[in-house]
Amino acid sequence: MRRSSLLLLGALSGTLLLSSGCSLQPWVKPYERDRLADPIMAWDRDAISSGYMDHIRESREGSRGATGGAGGGCGCN
Amino acid sequence: MVAALLLIRSTIADVLPDDRADVFYSKYSGGGMDITGYSATARAKITENFAVEANYFIDKVSGASIDVLSQASVIKDERKQKSGTLEYLHDKTTYTASYVSSVERDYISETASFSLSQSMFGDLTTLTLGFADTHNTVGENNGTADVPNVAWVGHALSRAYSGGLSQILTKNFIADVNLQVITDAGYLANPYRSIRYLDPLNAKGYSLASQVYPDTHTSTAVQVQGKYYLPYRAAVTALYRYYTDTWGVVGNTYELDYTHPVLNKWIFEGRVRYYKQTAASFYSDLFPFAGSQNFTARDQNLAALDNTTIGAKVTYAFLPDGWRIFKRGTVTADVSRIRFNYLDFRNIKDFGLPQYTPGTEPLYQFSATVYQLFLSVYF
Amino acid sequence: MHKISTLLKRCAMAGIVVASTALAAGGDASGPAPSFTLTTLGGQASGLSAYKGQVVMVNFWATWCGPCQQEMPLLDQMYKKYKPAGFTLIGVNVDKEAPAVKELLTRKPVSFPVLLDPANQVSKAYHVDEMPSSVIIDRKGQIRYIHRGYKPGDENDYQDRIRQLIRE
Repeated sequence: MRRSSLLLLGALSGTLLLSSGCSLQPWVKPYERDRLADPIMAWDRDAISSGYMDHIRESREGSRGATGGAGGGCGCN
Repeated sequence: MVAALLLIRSTIADVLPDDRADVFYSKYSGGGMDITGYSATARAKITENFAVEANYFIDKVSGASIDVLSQASVIKDERKQKSGTLEYLHDKTTYTASYVSSVERDYISETASFSLSQSMFGDLTTLTLGFADTHNTVGENNGTADVPNVAWVGHALSRAYSGGLSQILTKNFIADVNLQVITDAGYLANPYRSIRYLDPLNAKGYSLASQVYPDTHTSTAVQVQGKYYLPYRAAVTALYRYYTDTWGVVGNTYELDYTHPVLNKWIFEGRVRYYKQTAASFYSDLFPFAGSQNFTARDQNLAALDNTTIGAKVTYAFLPDGWRIFKRGTVTADVSRIRFNYLDFRNIKDFGLPQYTPGTEPLYQFSATVYQLFLSVYF
Repeated sequence: MHKISTLLKRCAMAGIVVASTALAAGGDASGPAPSFTLTTLGGQASGLSAYKGQVVMVNFWATWCGPCQQEMPLLDQMYKKYKPAGFTLIGVNVDKEAPAVKELLTRKPVSFPVLLDPANQVSKAYHVDEMPSSVIIDRKGQIRYIHRGYKPGDENDYQDRIRQLIRE
């Protein structure tokens, strides 16, 4: 429990530092996101299908959690 | 028999996804079990910033799985799952709230979850935080499949905390790390599974007894994944997940995915997954005598096992550019073949005395095939 | 320890400045609009100088950008409405390859000029930091307003600004 909260704290401080500017500019410009916006670059094109596979796995394995992904895409708006 | 922890699988915190409806059919066949599933999902934006999604899922189970020792008859059951999700986008933050209810004759599971996804640093970084509460009611059918007699044996409460960080590393490469800590308390065992212990007085050489599980369980899972756009239009994904819990189970998942589109009409996907876990500390295929340990389990999910999956998926856009109100229409077929290999769980349903003395029966292995077929329309 | 706290203080201050400017969907801007010359789909050269003396809106868009597609028909309507009053709209497309742009414009044509910026030189010169971005330039060639992103209803904002600059 302790190690995971430290990890989370580390991740949060990392992002706070990144988002505060700090003379580090986003290195992929919004007009350079054509590939990232391609549907094949989505973590999950069909949530219903991956949700179903997750359910099958959890029913037959002793593990659970941390599946899924976020971010990417066109970055518009 | 597992809590339907429907945590938000994927978010893009810049615009809400397109409106979409899916009808889904699935079939799982393997290990003596046949499970057919049907589902319908629809999501729509009520305003530019607010969307709702609803899903209905029915699973029909039939068969006689390896571990059904206490029941003489075949399993036949139906699971109905309903879920509703609300999504709200404000500036660079997406807030999501959802509720899932899963009901079977002998198992009820309800989950309420909330998550927040924040896009930052020029939309290169996405931070996600989530939390879910699950309540399960566990029962045991003491009758038969056709004439049930369900007795409710216990409740379990589960709380999940998750955090994720996604980072665009280059024009072609995105990486993501997810952490999830889940704590459960209450009745955590499967009432249909029993342990066995050596008993020379029994004709089989062993006798059955109830499992005794701890009434708490905490698990931590960390997953890292990366997706890379190849020099030609295709993407490759690599994933690794590490799992550990207070019951002594350590699980490692490795997965590799390749996605290859053709024009605007076809998307082909191939995947390979390898999973390996160690057994729970209180698990044993054969205990030396009754009451040898405080906690005892012989549930195959807690055994030392590994499994390998090979899957292929094809998506065909029958409406690549839309038609009237539809922006796009696709049909998808997905087949996965999973080979399960148990390292300390023996097949005592098909093998026993006189050929095999208790503890020498062949280790259990089986293969399962999962078919999925779905139609999706976007508008 | 002292150095770390100073660094953190500086980062925090920079963060507040960056965050406050980033929060605004649209902001008044200033400075001369960088001139540029690009080609149309047909291969003809054109640029900002062709529209000297007019109120110009430069809209940066891409075929892979959903909100860009959403605002195109509205931009087209706006262009047709204010063109007689001395307004022009230039669509600067940032796609790396032309075929997708041609295919989209054949299916959903627009009447305002579309110029191609595959090397992203113009996007860089205008410091485009959001997709789509609309830069509104006055008759004297000065940048007056930058609108970042698009949400339905933003077209009213564009029209207010354009009308204001036409009257000048």
